[in-house]
Amino acid sequence: MANLTRKKRPVTRILHWTIFLGVIGCVPVIFGGNAYYMYVATLIGIYIITSMGLNFTLGYTGQISLGHAAFMGLGAYTVALMTLNGYSFWLALPLGVLITFVAGLALGLPSLRVKHHYLALVTLGFGTVIYLLFSNEYEITGGFSGLPGIPRPSFFGLDLSSDIAFYFLVAAFLVLLTGIALWILNSRWGRAFKAIRENDMRAEMVGVSLLTYKLLAFAIGAAYAGIAGGLLAPLMKFVDPTSFPVHESFWFLIMLIIGGSGRFEGPFVGAIVVMLLPQFLRGTQQLYFVIFAAITLILLIFWPGGLTSLLDVFFRRVLRRNPPQFTK
Amino acid sequence: MPMLELNDVHAYYGNIHALKGISITVDEGEIVTLIGANGAGKTSTLRTITGLLKPKTGSVILDGEDLAPYPAHKIVYKGVAMVPEGRGIFAKLTVRENLDMGAFSRSDADGIKQDLERAFTLFPRLKERESQISGTLSGGEQQMLATARALMARPRLMLMDEPSMGLAPVLVESVFDIIQEINKEGTTILLVEQNAHMALQIAQRGYVLQTGEIVLSDSAEGLRKDPMVQKAYLGME
Ligand SMILES: Nc1ncnc2c1ncn2[C@@H]1O[C@H](COP(=O)(O)OP(=O)(O)O)[C@@H](O)[C@H]1O
Ligand SMILES: [Mg+2]
Repeated sequence: MANLTRKKRPVTRILHWTIFLGVIGCVPVIFGGNAYYMYVATLIGIYIITSMGLNFTLGYTGQISLGHAAFMGLGAYTVALMTLNGYSFWLALPLGVLITFVAGLALGLPSLRVKHHYLALVTLGFGTVIYLLFSNEYEITGGFSGLPGIPRPSFFGLDLSSDIAFYFLVAAFLVLLTGIALWILNSRWGRAFKAIRENDMRAEMVGVSLLTYKLLAFAIGAAYAGIAGGLLAPLMKFVDPTSFPVHESFWFLIMLIIGGSGRFEGPFVGAIVVMLLPQFLRGTQQLYFVIFAAITLILLIFWPGGLTSLLDVFFRRVLRRNPPQFTK
Repeated sequence: MPMLELNDVHAYYGNIHALKGISITVDEGEIVTLIGANGAGKTSTLRTITGLLKPKTGSVILDGEDLAPYPAHKIVYKGVAMVPEGRGIFAKLTVRENLDMGAFSRSDADGIKQDLERAFTLFPRLKERESQISGTLSGGEQQMLATARALMARPRLMLMDEPSMGLAPVLVESVFDIIQEINKEGTTILLVEQNAHMALQIAQRGYVLQTGEIVLSDSAEGLRKDPMVQKAYLGME
């Protein structure tokens, strides 16, 4: 359970995919009648995609990004502006991916060259600048009035504008991007990422260029956020700067840390918990941010592996199934 | 022409002057040992070869070529592999994944497969534990894995940083046997050790390092007979 990317017995792998696809399929069956629940479920899917991206950046290669809200914003505004001007969503989204990937490279290259931890500062600056651009470039972005009336896409004539159809579109992207993430992590790139995560000097000794692979991981992380943004715009049918302030990036970090940074299931667990917990903490009003901060801190100190590491312990010790691979 | 040559290398960590003019040579096919107490600068010397620590002055020459322009991750492509101090494996990866990482610099699938089999012949224990998380191996097995991982790069020069550290005497014995075997198969070895006793038995030549300086250099035979070495590193009075 700790790591889907390790070679698993096929049965375990099939079980994971069955649960994953089963949950996706069950949500509309159970909540299909309630527009708000479907909206939250779709939003969770989008945030899982963002967190998956951040997992490449922070989880696998140890780089802190405070620019993920801005990358999401770039994807969202690209799709909004293009589709409002009559271009297809299917052209707009790849362009959004390209823009965020290139932005990731452009941002990462100079900062990684100087010093690895400069990236946090540079992305903070980037997040602020992008937010200001969204709010002040009134002519293009509509400023704080935002861009209303973003159409939902259709797929080869199939209309995807209903809430349930759009949910399935996001779900399809989620499944696709999960598959791509697994494929990357099992490739040469993924091995390099994991080696860097564990010990960057040893990784260099076997020939891994820290600059190249950290940059790649950062740009992939940015592109995932770009896709998530590109899906967010037609979900809300509206974009404005308030969806992408810098502090939104902190929420993504919190999601990943709560779920389990550097663990494949981390983004899934983190996004679900962070999105659903407020529904249960409604009574606590503003206190809920404090509660979140406390949970994050406690996890960071006692279980840096996040909730997935706790689930691990649960499955191993309590249920005593999935015997640890390291029995001697 | 020696395979490896360090000329008057000075290196610093901030203000700390760790290497104060190191000059050594290693010829093709040799086992050369670098002995010295804790903190003498043995690891730092290896770091200047692998590019992790850039000399402030002086040069590191491999096959006649100055390594100064090469970043650390390029050194393995030059045929130099490192077995790090404290058995620096990737503890969270499996044994097999560690070996795959060792061959990261290569793209000859057939050769990699051959070398994997050679590694498993040399270290049958690793074959048995192929899919085990390597952090759960015993100390001796981890040392085998670190050595096997370096071999997966098919290096011409292997740098070994205290391979006997923390191992039971029986295991030390077998580690040194393996080092000799690797050397016989054609890999040149620069062996850093505090365990001068074993190192001087398998090396042809050696250097003694003290607080960042080479204080002695001789054949292994000569060093074994040197009164200072006997007193300070071989525990004889
Ligand atoms: N990363 C580092 N930062 C600062 N000083 C270091 C570092 N690594 C080693 N040193 C210092 O450099 C000197 C040589 O250390 P080292 O090369 O590790 O010695 P050895 O491997 O012989 O034990 C020591 O004084 C040590 O404290
Ligand atoms: Mg040392």
